[in-house]
Amino acid sequence: MADVEQLRHENALLREELAKLRAQLATNARKADPGSAPAAAAAAAAAAALPSTHDNSSNGCAAQTVCSTCPIQADAASLQQQSEGAAAEQATASSSSNAHQALHGLSKAQVERYSRQLLLPSFGIAAQGRVCSSSVLIVGCGGLGSPAALYLAAAGVRKLGLVDHDVVELSNMHRQVSHSEQRLGMHKAASTAAAVAALNSSVAVDTHLQGLTPSNAVGIISQYDVVIDASDNAPTRYLINDACVACGVPLVSAAAVGTDGQLTVYNAGGNGPCYRCLFPECPAAANCSRCADAGVLGPVPGVMGVLQAVEAIKLVGGVGQPLAGKLLLYDALAGRFSSIKLRGKAPGCAACGEGGMTREGVAAFDYAAFTGGQTANDGPPVPLAVLPAKQRLTAAQAAQLLQAAAADGTAREDDLPQQQQQQQQQQRNEGAKALVLLDVRPPEQFAVMSLPGAVSVPYLQLEQRLPEVLALCGASSAAAQQHDAAAAAGSISNGTSNSSSSQRVVVLCRRGNHSQLAVQRLRQAGVPAVDVVGGYEAWAAEVDSAMPVL
Amino acid sequence: MKLKIEFSGGLELLFGNQKEYAVDVPCSEQQLTVGKLLPWTRDQLLKDRPELFMKGDSVRPGILVLINDCDWELSGTLDAELQEGDKVLFISTLHGG
Repeated sequence: MADVEQLRHENALLREELAKLRAQLATNARKADPGSAPAAAAAAAAAAALPSTHDNSSNGCAAQTVCSTCPIQADAASLQQQSEGAAAEQATASSSSNAHQALHGLSKAQVERYSRQLLLPSFGIAAQGRVCSSSVLIVGCGGLGSPAALYLAAAGVRKLGLVDHDVVELSNMHRQVSHSEQRLGMHKAASTAAAVAALNSSVAVDTHLQGLTPSNAVGIISQYDVVIDASDNAPTRYLINDACVACGVPLVSAAAVGTDGQLTVYNAGGNGPCYRCLFPECPAAANCSRCADAGVLGPVPGVMGVLQAVEAIKLVGGVGQPLAGKLLLYDALAGRFSSIKLRGKAPGCAACGEGGMTREGVAAFDYAAFTGGQTANDGPPVPLAVLPAKQRLTAAQAAQLLQAAAADGTAREDDLPQQQQQQQQQQRNEGAKALVLLDVRPPEQFAVMSLPGAVSVPYLQLEQRLPEVLALCGASSAAAQQHDAAAAAGSISNGTSNSSSSQRVVVLCRRGNHSQLAVQRLRQAGVPAVDVVGGYEAWAAEVDSAMPVL
Repeated sequence: MKLKIEFSGGLELLFGNQKEYAVDVPCSEQQLTVGKLLPWTRDQLLKDRPELFMKGDSVRPGILVLINDCDWELSGTLDAELQEGDKVLFISTLHGG
């Protein structure tokens, strides 16, 4: 009976504690982004994400190592006066745990929660104590930041800073495992904060929903013991590096694209290089594939993000050797990890060299210019504008054209080069409108979905397959030119406008950038092609909402 | 000179999506520097977008060159001398997260 009584009693105390945490979380979120609707929603959801009933006896002390502010112990003291039996036991337990805490600074709940780490000879109570009083900033709450945040929360860091300006999207979910379906559309940092709160309510969370900028970077980073670079773009990577160098904060950096991962630790003492020592000149955007283009196998950033948590725990716990001066490579397809030795600090490094980056220097540095105009959000590429408007169709116009062509039975359903069918088609189309729909997306995207009759010629293969493509388009364009000439002579108009008569080769891609370049190339070769503004994305938005968007 | 050439971090996409090559590079009296190997690699192994591999005489920014798993900065970059059986690894830095 005494056990049951005590459990009830603890239950009541923990409910109170949860209510306080919810209130604190809501306040934090309001502070982080005052007046923002998503932040308010995030706070509500984060609060809701906290367990509503206590079902884990180790879900304890909210004040970590500082006993005087521990809500459980304060509550226990006041309740003691009301109840003699169980409360007396509680008071005994509380005072005796105080005595134990004096030796190592961890509460009973903390000892029990982290016991398997305390038993580790290479870690133990001293390292756990340091972890429990440490603070770690995670920049990017995506594929790397999600697992890193979860493991660091589980390990019991005192404070986690979460930075991200983006919101949770469906295409994030296969790898960004701190988010949930219920939190689609929420700020990623707030969503990860909710996951952290559900996992370990004793961790204080600071969210930064505006992302990291040159003006706020030093102010944020200087508040933390270790920074994790879980970002996805060049300007942010340079910014994090510079601010960490200026503030003297170790940086655990990882990246993952496709089936490859990379990990290293910068700025962790010794002669190890910083990011700028390795890459003094920013790689061109084309030299770095993005997850949104090249794809990424879900668990690969997961592996790298977990490894970042390991390195951060080593750093704040003061155990092992940080992975500095080395680059760890993970090749998921080969099932292989390898480690390579990096150069030392570059003497003239603009960040860590003599007279390098200062705190003021970070705020004043033009990261957009340095990275050649790359944006700090890894969003889709800036729309190109290489074609004049008259060489472009809207998705709706293209749809009409396709419909008309389908009615004429002229849309091609065969892949090239099937010359025989092509000739037959040509004969069939004699005098009628012929339409070639060229899809210049990569084959992986074409395999997911395409418009009926579209012929796949990936942009990167266009030059190589040009003769083949010209053979396919040539007949049509010749017909179009004849038609143009006839129309110009005023002999026929037949209900078709001049513009549609020269729109017989339609080029389509994902967003309408490569299609413009392809049209440019085709026009150089004498084919009066046109493209579709906004590509398949525009098609899905304007013509067919049932079409899946990649 | 027989060498192993490897590509990682997406760079393999420029090289026919093949990560490892065992090659025999012509050279006189077993003397070969990385500076000489780069154009040979571009001319003999590269399949797509040569502009993404080299810039001037060297590799593009963002590409690390490792000789037997050591940064080529430690052995003289373009002047680093290669020996029979060496492994040269080209890594493109990743930004995704």
